[in-house]
Parts: sequence; structure tokens; C-alpha cells
Amino acid sequence: MHIDESFYGSGEPIADTKAPAGPIEERWSERKFAVKLVNPANKRKKTVIIVGTGLAGGSAGATLAELGYKVVQFCYQDSPRRAHSIAAQGGINAAKNYRNDGDSVHRLFYDTVKGGDFRSRESNVHRLAEISRQIIDQCVAQGVPFAREYGGLLDNRSFGGAQVSRTFYARGQTGQQLLLGAYQALMRQVDAGNVELHPRHEMLDLIMEDGRARGVVVRNLVTGEVRSHTADAVVLATGGYGNVYFLSTNAMGSNVTAAWRAHRRGALFANPCYTQIHPTCIPVSGDHQSKLTLMSESLRNDGRVWVPVKAGDDRRPADIPEDERDYYLERIYPAFGNLVPRDIASRAAKNVCDEGRGVGPGGLGVYLDFAGAIERLGRDAVAAKYGNLFEMYERITGENPYEQPMRIYPAVHYTMGGLWVDYDLESTVPGLFVIGEANFSDHGANRLGASALMQGLADGYFVLPQTIGDYLARNPVGAVPAETVTAAEAEVQERIERLLSIDGDRTVDSFHRELGAIMWEYCGMERTEEGLRKALELIPALREEFWRRVRVPGSGDDLNQSLEKAGRVADFFELAELMCVDALHRTESCGGHFRAESQDEDGEAARDDANFSYVGAWEWTGPGERPILHKEDLAFEYVTPSQRSYK
Amino acid sequence: MKLTLRVWRQKGPEDKGRMVTYEVDDLSPDMSFLEMLDVLNERLALKGEEPIAFDHDCREGICGMCSLVINGTPHGPERATTTCQLHLRKFKDGEVVDIEPWRARPFPVIKDLVVDRSAFDKIIEAGGYISAPTGSAPDAHAVPVPKPDADRAFEAAECIGCGACVAACPNGSAMLFTAAKVTHLGLLPQGQPERDSRVVDMVATHDDLGFGGCTNTGECTVACPKGIPLDTIARLNHDYLKAGGKR
Repeated sequence: MHIDESFYGSGEPIADTKAPAGPIEERWSERKFAVKLVNPANKRKKTVIIVGTGLAGGSAGATLAELGYKVVQFCYQDSPRRAHSIAAQGGINAAKNYRNDGDSVHRLFYDTVKGGDFRSRESNVHRLAEISRQIIDQCVAQGVPFAREYGGLLDNRSFGGAQVSRTFYARGQTGQQLLLGAYQALMRQVDAGNVELHPRHEMLDLIMEDGRARGVVVRNLVTGEVRSHTADAVVLATGGYGNVYFLSTNAMGSNVTAAWRAHRRGALFANPCYTQIHPTCIPVSGDHQSKLTLMSESLRNDGRVWVPVKAGDDRRPADIPEDERDYYLERIYPAFGNLVPRDIASRAAKNVCDEGRGVGPGGLGVYLDFAGAIERLGRDAVAAKYGNLFEMYERITGENPYEQPMRIYPAVHYTMGGLWVDYDLESTVPGLFVIGEANFSDHGANRLGASALMQGLADGYFVLPQTIGDYLARNPVGAVPAETVTAAEAEVQERIERLLSIDGDRTVDSFHRELGAIMWEYCGMERTEEGLRKALELIPALREEFWRRVRVPGSGDDLNQSLEKAGRVADFFELAELMCVDALHRTESCGGHFRAESQDEDGEAARDDANFSYVGAWEWTGPGERPILHKEDLAFEYVTPSQRSYK
Repeated sequence: MKLTLRVWRQKGPEDKGRMVTYEVDDLSPDMSFLEMLDVLNERLALKGEEPIAFDHDCREGICGMCSLVINGTPHGPERATTTCQLHLRKFKDGEVVDIEPWRARPFPVIKDLVVDRSAFDKIIEAGGYISAPTGSAPDAHAVPVPKPDADRAFEAAECIGCGACVAACPNGSAMLFTAAKVTHLGLLPQGQPERDSRVVDMVATHDDLGFGGCTNTGECTVACPKGIPLDTIARLNHDYLKAGGKR
């Protein structure tokens, strides 16, 4: 083990102080009983700010308002219904055991801890598995049109290599349907006057008073007006930071700014290097590429992944005979074949492309072939299962996947890291709660398929509304002094003016693309000490150039999409450095973080439990300054860490 | 390839607005339509001109944020496709392409191609939900739903709320949008208790917001990127009459 402390300092360890001890299946009940309650008459005197309206934010806003709190909610989109949860395709896990196939809360808990490569907190994950069942009930009651069987009961499928069928789905649009359910519940509360909604607003800073989170500074994206809102507590539900790579499956507007501003105000950022690279995305078609599109993982149930045996073989796929094809996943992982977990499938694709055996433009792609499935099941059966995905593929690539194999390549998809939270989902800043993908809590180093929707809704519908009450009951606060608010607003205004006044000769996007390329190369699917050190030289230099040469046209007084992007990219620079420091310090391989120096004799990820069985939570010390590492030790009482094997 | 774009530019809600011509060369047929606008915007920004404002987010055809009228057709020439999923291979080299915002009284232009669609949120607010406060739900299997009903409800629930139906309608009606939600929730057993009040309140709000009446021209369903069927409107009318909405 070699850790280079010139990149960071070491701080005090931290602990999750809110999770009760005792048997794991009783902890959540105990915590719920221990929370101090807010008197119903007092609830309407308590204001909670929520930033973000995806599955986590939307469900939290609706639920807190139903409980009687006054909610003030923001999103950057023109409507809460457009948050990027809407794009989730596959499904949502729940331990209902409706299939009688041996599923249980304990099994979902076990699978999630193991799938996370033993880098998540047992108490949190168990609670998630318990709540999973209630989520389905809640969504059905709201009218979410899940897939059903002819008897009228809910259908399930197995997903992402799980050995039980516990995934509930609504064709390939599960995220959309769940989000619309939460959105409609939220709009009902808007109508009732319990939620004050501000679409097309972006949070640009966190207001602190007396060591507590007390509000936010937001910019009205239409009028340019910068103003603040204060409250008794603040909730961030602002999603992940995958767009630090420029190309990802995230929406164009997805960004880290809200979380990063909170980090700069004292909230620790945990495990930033844990990113999920999804194996089945449509490859890049040229330099103009603005984002990547995911093709559902379910395609791997019937499609076979292959590349030519010979490097540089540029024959058409149909002209390559069977014995000159390498079905490499089936060859290397005979037990799981094409269904190995996401991190393994992604890395294997990278490896064959690095060997020069990739297909398509630039050699960055592998085939996903349905010829066998079409022969075995018939074209109609394949169309019934995957028709909409095949159409989407054809629309984007102009190629017909019934006639020739799809080309796929891995892309950044989800970030497991995020702001550190305790069992109550409260960050290290009192009064600042973080839910959904924006926090780090439940997926460890790797998230299982169909678990993101589960976590977002668990946090928003069921966890936060209980735990935030405890905070509000115990921490009555007074008004925030006017000078605190004015100072925060002035700081935001100053930064906007600084961005507008540089008037350089490079566009925001050109910087974002360059940063993304550095991150993909050195902090992507495979990381090395040498590469990360290189990245840590390149990023600060590029950041410095950004603040010298960026050109942001227009003014700050109206809708200015270049200005919005510039602020977000500026924060991505600082996050990128922290991700690389985190990746450098974690010399083990685990989950989505593969360090080339840490692999076993077969080239598989080698975890180092003796030295790295902890959450790495980072403290901000200033731009370009060494961050401070705080460790939260992970204890495994119920699931014994083992090496994952899919051979 | 090369295209001649004629783009609606409008500084703000008070500005009159006008079409501005841009010659854009060095394009690839594999680019998406919005990537073409990205390329143009990069070039404008480097020249110190303000880029063209347009709404977009997921670029996967599901968030409903993108909203361009391309050569007179909402979301452009390809059926069942949002603007963000439209690619330049659907256009001819050298073609002249007109790009305009959604045009309807309840969707005022904010800037260039960006319009305010918050009227849609208000229609949902008026009743486009099932009242089921968190924690109150029975087991998900307590009420079976016949598969054909569930499938039809899903089909209506696919609406992405983009507003193409309104942009396409000669009356500026949002009836397809409203009917999609009324149909989705009205087909499910959970949606029955509020079925009457839902349709009456949503239609009243729709009218108050200044959307036009439906005269069954069917332009909406042709423009709809999700193919929401026209018979959802018939269903809405049925529910509306049954609820005694014609007071």
C-alpha cells in the first residue's frame, strides 16, 4: 500500500451517530420511535427548502407538505416533471417476494451490500430493503401503471444479474412513471398551497447562520434575479455529478453545483471516485457528440457480446465467420456470460478495445448481436421484448439492429459518491439533509440495477420525512440576520459578474469537453497512480486557464444558458480534482473504482479490506488546497465481506 | 453537409422577434438536430454573438423539454420522434430549415425558442393526480387491475408534457394533454373516486388558461412524439358529460 499524503491531509474520524445499535431489523423502528415529534399545529410554522424535484425531491416535497410543513421547492427545469429520474428505464427493486422465489428483505439487503462491494453501511442498506415494499404499495395507490399479468397482478422481472425476480417495471419507462406519480402528488400540494414551487431557478449557494444551514441563494434563470430564501432546514435532492465527464447518460443540465456549494460551506463529500460506468450505451459518433444514450441492460438477456478475434479486422460483421469472433464475456465468465455485473462488463469492453479489437468509428465499440435470439425466438418475439429499444437505436445510429449487430460502448451513468450523510440523511452541516443520488449512502462502490429508483423514493417518501422532524423539533431557530443574507447574495452576484467579465477566447463547452476527456482517460474505467497524478497536474492548469480565457456572451439580466453552464463547469473543475485525489488515495480496486495496480492473477479487481474498509469523506479547505480526509469505518456484522466472483 | 437555417430570434417577452438566417456548414449527418444547434452556438459565441436559446435536457426523448417547430411541424419531419432524437440524416444537404418556437397564447415566448409551459403544470395541479398521501396505501396486490386496462392506462401515461399537441393544433387546444392524464387515471380502479371532479376541474382550468377548444382536427396526435391516441379525447368527453360538466 502506498498513499501519497502530499495530495491531502488527514482529519478526525467521523461516525454515523444516529443509527441505533441492536438487531439490524429493529433499528429503523427504534429510530422512528426515538425521534422527537413536531406538534401538528407547529408544523405549518416550519419551513423546509428542497432543491431538486426528481424522485427523491419530488417525493419528499409531497410528503413533507402532506405532513403539514411549509415547503419551498426549486428546480432548474421548466417543470418539476422533467428531472432526470424521468429517463430511468429498467425498473425498481422491492423485496415483495410476489414470485415466491425465495426473495426477502434480508436477501435484498445482502445482495445490495455485496453488490456495493462491501463499501456501504449495513444499517442504511437494511432500512432501504425494508422500505422497498412500501414504495411499491405507495406508487400503485398513486396510479403508477406498472406492468401487470393477465390475472391483474403485478409482473416482475429479474434484472442486472439478480437471481430472483424482484424488479417492478413499466415497460422501458419506469423512471418516467414513478416520477410522474411523485410529480402529481407534489402538484396536489402546490394546489393546496402547501408547496411554493420555483421552476427555472438554480441554487448557487447555501446560507449558513450560527453553524446551521438556513437557506439558499438562487438565480431566477429567466430574469437573472439573484435572491435568497431562508428556512428552518434545507434538503438537497440534486442528483449525481456524472457530467463532470462531459459525456454521460445524464441530462445536459445535470450538475454538481448545489452539492458543491454545500461542500464548500462545510458538508463533507464522500467517496467521490465511485462512479458507475454502464456497459450498454450507444457509442460516440463524432466530435459533435453532446451526450450519450443508454440502451437498457435488459438487452444483455438475449444479445451476445463479441468482437473480432483479430485486431484491426474491419470486415462487415456478417462477413466475419463464427470461429473468428470472440464472445469474450462468455469465454472469460462462463457462469454469468453476458450477464456479468455492470463494472465487469464495462471493463471487459474497454480491454478488448484497448487491444485494437473494437468496432465502429474510432474502434470504440463492441457488438451486441441478436442474430441468435432472432433465429431462436423469431423476429416477432424479439420485437415484442425490445422493439422500442431497437427503434431508438435505429433513430440515433441509422442502423437496423434486426439486420446487423448493435454497437455498444460503456458510458458514465451514475455516481455512487456524494455528500456524506448519517443515518438520518443529515450532512455534516446541521440542518442540511441530502437525499437520492446526491448523497453517498446506500450503494457502496457499485450500484445494482433498479436500485437507484428504490433509493430515491425510499429517502423522499419514507426516511427524510421522519428524520427531519427530529431535527426541526430539537432545533428551533430565529430569523436569519439580514446582513448574512445580503452577504451571501453579494458573493453569488460577484461570481456571476466575474464569469461575465473575463471575455476570453474559448467557449464554456470547449473547457468542459477538455475536462471530460481528462477525467475519462485518467479517472474513468481504469485508474492508475501515474494517470491520476497526471490528471492532478492537468486539471488545475485547465481550471486556471478557464478563469482566464472563458468567454461567456450575453448578460446576467435574462435567460443566459452560457452563463448557467459556465458556473456549473467552474464547479466541475473543483470536483474533478477531488475525485482524482480520492481515486489516488484509494489504492485498492472496489466496485466502480478499478485501480490497475490492485488486481488478482486473473486481472479481476482486488479489494483491500484491511486498509480501505471505510468511507472516505473529504473536507474542503479552499480552491487548489489539499482536502482533508475523514474516515468513517465500516463494520460488517451481518454480511461477511467476500471477493465477488462471476466465473 | 451544409444547411441554411432560418431561426426565430426574440430578445425577450416584450421584443417583437424576427427570423434570422444562418449558413451552417461542416455538419455531419450523424449529428442530432440539437447538436447542430450546439455547433452553431459555439460559432456564434466565439464571434461574440449571443447563442440561440432553446430548451433541452435529457436528449433521450423522455423529459419533454425540447420544443422546436421545424419547417412548420412540431418536433420536425420524423413521426413519433422528439426534436432531440431527430438526426441530420433526415435532411438534404443544402436544405433550408425554418426553426421556430411553440406558438400558442398560453405558451408565451421567454427568449428565442424558449417558451413558458407552466400552464401545463396548472392543469395537472387542478386534478391530474390520485389523492394517496404517503403511508396510506394498501398492499400493491390488494386491488388487481385487468391487464388491458393497465396497458391502456400506460399508453396514455406515456405523455411527456412537451406541448407539441398545442403547437400543432389550429385552435391552440391542450385537449390531448389533458385527456391523456384523464384517461391514464380514469382507467385505473385507484382513480375512480376522483374521476368526475378530476375531469371537470382540469377542463375548467384548461379553458381558463386560454387554451382553445377541441374540434377534432387530429393534428395533435400526429404531432405527438409518443403517439397518444386521439380516442383519449373521446374518453375525456365521455367522462366530462357523465360528470355533468356542462353546467
